[in-house]
Amino acid sequence: MLNSRRLILAHFWLAFLVFGIALVLGAWQMFIRSPLHTWISDPEWYYRSVTAHGTIMGYVFPTLIAMGFGYAISESSLGQPLIGPRWAWAGFGLVLVGTVTAIIPVSLGRATVLYTFYPPLIGNPFYYIGVVLVVVGSWIWVALMSINLRAWKKANPGRPVPLPMFANVAGSYLWAWTAVGAALELLLQLIPVALGLTSTINVGLARVFFSWTLHAIVYFWLIPTYIAYYTILPRAIGGKIYSDTMMRLAFITFLVVAMPIGIHHTFGDPQVGAGFKFVHSTFTALVALPTLITVFTICASVEIAGRLRGGRGLFGWLAALPWNNPIMLASAFSFVMLGFGGAGGLINMSYQLDATVHNTQWVTGHFHLIFAGAIAIMYFAIAYDLWPHLTGRALADVALMRAQLWLWFVGMVVTTFPWHWVGILGMPRRMAYFDYSSPMLSATAFPVEISAFGAIILLASGVLFFAVLLRGEAAARTQTEPYRFATAVHPPAVVPAALNGFGLWIALMVGLTITNYGYPILELATQPGGVVPAVYIGAQR
Amino acid sequence: MSQETPLSLKDPWVVRSVAVVAAIFIGATILGFVVFPLAQPTARASGLWDAICSAAGIAREPTSQKPIEPNFTVSPAVMTSDMLRGADADSIGRGATLAQQCAICHGPTGVSRADSPNLAGQYPAVIYKELQDFQAGARVNAIMTPFALHLSNQDMIDLASYYAYLPRLPAYHPAGVLPAPRIVINGAPLRNIAPCGACHGALDNKAGSPWLEGQSAIYIKSQLEAFASDERRNDISEQMRNIARRLTPQEIEEAAQYYASQPSPGVQSGAR
Repeated sequence: MLNSRRLILAHFWLAFLVFGIALVLGAWQMFIRSPLHTWISDPEWYYRSVTAHGTIMGYVFPTLIAMGFGYAISESSLGQPLIGPRWAWAGFGLVLVGTVTAIIPVSLGRATVLYTFYPPLIGNPFYYIGVVLVVVGSWIWVALMSINLRAWKKANPGRPVPLPMFANVAGSYLWAWTAVGAALELLLQLIPVALGLTSTINVGLARVFFSWTLHAIVYFWLIPTYIAYYTILPRAIGGKIYSDTMMRLAFITFLVVAMPIGIHHTFGDPQVGAGFKFVHSTFTALVALPTLITVFTICASVEIAGRLRGGRGLFGWLAALPWNNPIMLASAFSFVMLGFGGAGGLINMSYQLDATVHNTQWVTGHFHLIFAGAIAIMYFAIAYDLWPHLTGRALADVALMRAQLWLWFVGMVVTTFPWHWVGILGMPRRMAYFDYSSPMLSATAFPVEISAFGAIILLASGVLFFAVLLRGEAAARTQTEPYRFATAVHPPAVVPAALNGFGLWIALMVGLTITNYGYPILELATQPGGVVPAVYIGAQR
Repeated sequence: MSQETPLSLKDPWVVRSVAVVAAIFIGATILGFVVFPLAQPTARASGLWDAICSAAGIAREPTSQKPIEPNFTVSPAVMTSDMLRGADADSIGRGATLAQQCAICHGPTGVSRADSPNLAGQYPAVIYKELQDFQAGARVNAIMTPFALHLSNQDMIDLASYYAYLPRLPAYHPAGVLPAPRIVINGAPLRNIAPCGACHGALDNKAGSPWLEGQSAIYIKSQLEAFASDERRNDISEQMRNIARRLTPQEIEEAAQYYASQPSPGVQSGAR
């Protein structure tokens, strides 16, 4: 049952529209910073573009995808109309208004602080207020997901919550709690300074607050991708989910351990104690667990499909898979990128190994491989899968979809692998200008050129993506079957109460936040020496 | 979270999951706060409690040695972006009277013909900081120091407000506008030198940095050389000294000539 088609489509269209803008900015940044172009001479334009690119790609694009996909999951997996559609539109409106509010000062060069805020740099207050509005809009979605699940449980006492909705609500709770860190930084620190109520800021505290959000936000971005692995891929290739329990375990593990690990982003920060860095490092290692569970379960689910299609032998089932199917192709690409990105992530999260790559282009390569690669390619797949059910028009050009996915995969590998390499060579991130003619940097020139070429491939893939959707708009209306998700091989009749709700896992998530963040925040907040004068963007221009 | 059968504390899921999470947390804490800090070969922890405090990140004075105090006077000024904004007319008026003693070098309109800095339209925080530094002895100059010694804090605020209020005027530099050299626009990243223009105008202006357009080339050059030789050291956190030491004499010359040739910010070059 998909009743709120316009609502869901609005989320997806806005998401992809801003994605398109940010994609062009990203490619421009890659090009002008590479040896292929002479230096533009004003770093302000570069950083302004990076701020817009990061703000859109980090806060707006994935949030809208999670929201739109969440509404679709709620209606079609629970089989009940969405409760609170007006609230949902209000949430969408807040995200839209927030995006416009934030992007105007960024475009005017009044908030060139990058999306991670970087206090004591302080931009125009409307930038921060816009970001807050986006977050508040998404919190309405969190509340609606919770309310819809509650209503379903009331109507279906004792029945196992459908897997897509279980995962979706887990993701929404994770987001609700992880966004609190950045919200505290914005409301208690950045906005008062930006409004001129005070002119100093506790930077160490701000960085720790942001780390609260910064890592788990990646898992929030990842959840729609994982939902697609579990509940779209097996259905799309004619298989089933290998294990219902494994899927539930994966998502509750994300809920518990994705959050209390963000301090691994501040390994280079002297204001955080080494003991807490180690504890966060340990819990970061645990996040590999739900990913490994997922890799196992999805491979097993795909093997089931391969064998059902007549595949035999140790690897014969691989050949029997429907590789022409865009969902199959996208998932395989996503897995490859997740594998390489995850391996790099293990290096970033290790306290000592990180020292070799901290703040280098390696890190930029890493998060692009995970987010722009493994995650975003599944967002395309979700759109391809869901679109006919939303528009009532078939997306017929499967070859074009495949070409788009291939280009995205190849483009992302060509972009991010050289980035990793130049990071190992010591090339710093967040730098606008490099003097490639210097003998010390000349070794990075060629890899940087290759990665700029990768950005052009990605741009081409982006164009194809819009071509697929727009050609779909031109197609004739057809009847579509009800949207459905994959089911488990052995759908459970009952599941333990702990795996059918979130109370226990939320308690553990909040508890670990207190143990892992409580003391560092308290210590930094009461530390008078941490307060420094704010540096206002454009204050003396 | 609605739960058709609320979880009890005896539910095996509750007991086991809490136990596993607690065990991991306690294990990691023991390793991170006790074992590793004490096992470090370079450990300076003097005991168990010291190791825990250090790993927790408690800010404290190291017990063994005192920090080394500098053997010169450090600038007492703290720069903030909103410093001395919105000066009132009385302050500007008092500053105008006080400024009469400055006019012989800095010019009656705040534009110098004596290779002293042009002060007309300079940021007030910049003038205020330099006066503070002259008074405290963080910056020493045979001519300026005696003037600054007798100023009250309010006098310095008034002077800064007055000069900031004066209109920026084109200084007389006959060379004509020069193109921006690399050091001003690009800096030299491999020598850790940010572009001059990123703080002092041409690209951006940062709190505490004076705009330099139209200043005397001789003055800019002499100050860069003073920073490089440690003769002048009132820059906060050695920002300018670290840059000036790594500049080549040619870069110093280029930057000084470039800035001297530029019209003051906000003044059209045609007006000269």
